Amino acid sequence: MEKITSLADLKRIKEQVQSKIKLREQSASAEKLVQIRVGMATCGIASGAKETMSFLIEETEHQAIDAVITQTGCMGYCYAEPTVEVTLPGRQPVIFGHVNRERAREIIDRYIIKGELIDGMIPVNFKTIDE
Amino acid sequence: MKTIADHILDIVQNSTRAGANLIEIIVVEDRKRNLYVVEIQDNGAGMSPEVLKQATNPFFTSRKTRKVGLGLSLLKQNAEQAGGGLQLFSAPGKGTTVQATFQFDHLDRPAPGDLAEVFLLAAIGHDKVRFCYRHTTGSGSFSIDTAELAETLGEVSLAVGEVRRAVAELIQNNLEAIGATR
Repeated sequence: MEKITSLADLKRIKEQVQSKIKLREQSASAEKLVQIRVGMATCGIASGAKETMSFLIEETEHQAIDAVITQTGCMGYCYAEPTVEVTLPGRQPVIFGHVNRERAREIIDRYIIKGELIDGMIPVNFKTIDE
Repeated sequence: MKTIADHILDIVQNSTRAGANLIEIIVVEDRKRNLYVVEIQDNGAGMSPEVLKQATNPFFTSRKTRKVGLGLSLLKQNAEQAGGGLQLFSAPGKGTTVQATFQFDHLDRPAPGDLAEVFLLAAIGHDKVRFCYRHTTGSGSFSIDTAELAETLGEVSLAVGEVRRAVAELIQNNLEAIGATR
């Protein structure tokens, strides 16, 4: 394949994929999306949140899960970083701690897909991360 | 923080918390003057002189959730260890500029890391914020802007696999073309 070096090349790629992907607007409305927020403050980055977020982006896409993955700050659970907040449609947000690649995979396979509760949730989250 | 890219992602998070919707990341490699300079400019809330004075104190933070604030402190430490330093410019309502300087050939200058990945993670993680990234070396300059990307991509999201990989490749190829340090 040719090297991508300019916006024109990018446009070409975009046109190739445009027909393949199902667009967000047509598929799920915002309420039907799985919302995932990765804690990306100093403590998160130092513990590998960057790898966790990259993995979550790739894996949700690979498994065709309609998810929006964003970053958030730190909510004081620095000892448990990387932390990830998952909000399934119509459910309360749940925060998981120590989310490395393996844990991220477990969260996707068991919590997001099957809705099972798994170990390692941070129990005291009565409110969501807003910092 | 292992790499300069990690630091950038970290400081960007400060900017978004300060309510910025425009964040500029400027990297200048000046081998003639033996400098590696990283600058992050935002249009967020800015800091009062009192807060600014405390900003690099690791035991100061504006957060209520914890008592330490290590982001700027660690960047300052890394910059100073590499024979450089950290400068902050900020005023309430005027945004903030963080400038970290490293000696280019210093053994303790952290590796740049994957700047393309960090740009993408920041842009995908904060889709309401416009990010501009400019990288200059002795042999040229490259810049990329999420507003420009949004225009090119139309309704296709930056988070779509093929697009994400294409943008990463675009950044990496251009950085390579200007001989950016890896």
